Amino acid sequence: MDREEGCLLEIDDLSKTFKGLHAVENYHLRLSPGEILGIIGPNGAGKSTVFNLLTGHLRPTRGSIRFRGQDITRLPPDRIAALGIGRTFQNIRLFASMTVLENVVSARQLKERSGIIATLLSWPSFHRTEQRLASEATENLGLFGLADRAGKAATSLPYGDQRRLEIVRALALGPTLLLLDEPTAGMNNQESMFVLDLIRRIRDQYKLTIILVEHNMPLVMQLCERIQVLNYGQIIAEGTPEQVRADPKVVESYLGRAMEDSKDAEARNG
Amino acid sequence: MAMSTRLQRLIPPAVMIAALAAILGATDLVAGDYLQRIVIIIGINVILVASLNLSNGFTGVFSLGHVGFMAIGAYAASILTLPVHLKAVNLPDLPGWLQGVAMPFLPATLIAGLIAMLVAFAVGLSLMRLNGAYISVATLGFLVIVQVVLVNWDQFTRGARTFAGVPAYATIWNVWIWAALTVYVVWRIGASAFGRDMRAARDNEIAALSLGVSVIRSRLLAFCMSAFLTGVAGSLWAHFITSFSPKSFFFTQAFSIITMLVIGGLGSVSGSVIGVFLITVLSELLRNAERGFDIGALHLPPIYGASQILMAVLFVLVIVFKPAGLMGGREIDIRGILRRIGASRRGKGAA
Ligand SMILES: Nc1ncnc2c1ncn2[C@@H]1O[C@H](COP(=O)(O)OP(=O)(O)OP(=O)(O)O)[C@@H](O)[C@H]1O
Ligand SMILES: [Mg+2]
Repeated sequence: MDREEGCLLEIDDLSKTFKGLHAVENYHLRLSPGEILGIIGPNGAGKSTVFNLLTGHLRPTRGSIRFRGQDITRLPPDRIAALGIGRTFQNIRLFASMTVLENVVSARQLKERSGIIATLLSWPSFHRTEQRLASEATENLGLFGLADRAGKAATSLPYGDQRRLEIVRALALGPTLLLLDEPTAGMNNQESMFVLDLIRRIRDQYKLTIILVEHNMPLVMQLCERIQVLNYGQIIAEGTPEQVRADPKVVESYLGRAMEDSKDAEARNG
Repeated sequence: MAMSTRLQRLIPPAVMIAALAAILGATDLVAGDYLQRIVIIIGINVILVASLNLSNGFTGVFSLGHVGFMAIGAYAASILTLPVHLKAVNLPDLPGWLQGVAMPFLPATLIAGLIAMLVAFAVGLSLMRLNGAYISVATLGFLVIVQVVLVNWDQFTRGARTFAGVPAYATIWNVWIWAALTVYVVWRIGASAFGRDMRAARDNEIAALSLGVSVIRSRLLAFCMSAFLTGVAGSLWAHFITSFSPKSFFFTQAFSIITMLVIGGLGSVSGSVIGVFLITVLSELLRNAERGFDIGALHLPPIYGASQILMAVLFVLVIVFKPAGLMGGREIDIRGILRRIGASRRGKGAA
């Protein structure tokens, strides 16, 4: 396939097989800078696997991934992160022995650190760098209303705050592309809307491109310009929220159920 | 303003160095031979445990084979410092260029540390890719290999026979300068970007990778720095004890260092120092008690090995009831303590 100009991410023919199980099959994507793409689909459809392939945590069985024109298909995850792809995880992965602030600093410091000599000598430049890291991380936290909890143990935060902290941490990496795996999982309606607003703000403020995996349909429909629907590892539909919502295959395999679920949830909350 | 914060930063270390120097000076002048020896042993153990903490505590890569680096440091430095006339007798097969060398203590110790570090690098390059428990087993294998090499490399080590005649260069002062330096280095690395990388990789490897942390590289850095300091401790110990054999660096020694580390608390530098003090003093007391003693009319017979049994029991008790160790991975906040002392003094002055 030919390379397209102005494309941030090009994925072709991406497949992953686990012992005969086709978790992802022939996945493809062209993503432009600044876009917010939604990936939806029932449990086990392969959404998280796409993320893990994209960030190098899993090796694809087949296919190619290009990011800003560079082939990243077989790079290790730390290299891919350094190139500018940040992510959050479906099950929260904070650094448990660290404070809220340290969690964010540990992402910021990738691009901004003192060398080993300056560190060992406690050189003034070392202290300046440490102070700058801390103040920038505090700023990041402020954007998400977490600044007053900077000194707390990260895992002592309530669940919703931990999810938000993971987003802040991924942002602190300074990525071009941000992958969010179910950022509102386990949140109530009000918290979810807060996150929705947040994702919009970070997109505008940081000029980010975002891929969002979510089961919260109202949120996906409001936020994304384009949606891919996965089922059994394959893309069964792709388009604007309106197109996807009207697609009978999607309604049958997923949306019907998801809509019912969210109506139920609304009824319960309301 | 900038100047005053810089000065404030220097107060806690200055206070600590002054206090340490006062204690050491007093020991040097007043204390008897026995007490001086214990102070030296504590200093060497502080280096061993604090540097082990850098690897095992910060990165969570639990090495059981660090005593191997201690052995490498001890033998390398002793071969370098052994007086020429003793070399001719004890190590007659040494290559010519080494036969005539009898180095001063400091360069020999530095070279010993570097050799330990190079070995750690070579070993770590493949080991650090493994997963937690496998690394522990592999480092144990490393320790056994070091034993085999020491026993069989007669030309350099005299094999299983005692390596004797090492000059008694270790003093309270040079040992404790190295100890203070080690504590500082481990603490400084812990509170830096490098230390955060190590803890991130330990807490959650996948998340650390997703933030661009090269897990292997940060483990390797910790392993190599730790091996350097452990090699230095080996040299200091060799020049303190002056004669040893490969057996000196085996499971008993490995277990004793790990006990101090775990009791003090993985990941806490002040915990390491506390663990060393506690265990060294306790085992020294117990060793005297082992010989049997009288309480009034009651005569206790000697129970050899009692101190090791009690150490093992203590180790198990800590693991069961306080698995994070006495310090629980936290540090003693010297700055905070100084501030509080300052505040209470001001408070008294006002009253
Ligand atoms: N590491 C793995 N080893 C084996 N099978 C896996 C692995 N990771 C995922 N799978 C399988 O691949 C399929 C896709 O899983 P994936 O986690 O990508 O689904 P998902 O769309 O994210 O689902 P959910 O909405 O529940 O998060 C599932 O059947 C899952 O069991
Ligand atoms: Mg998933």
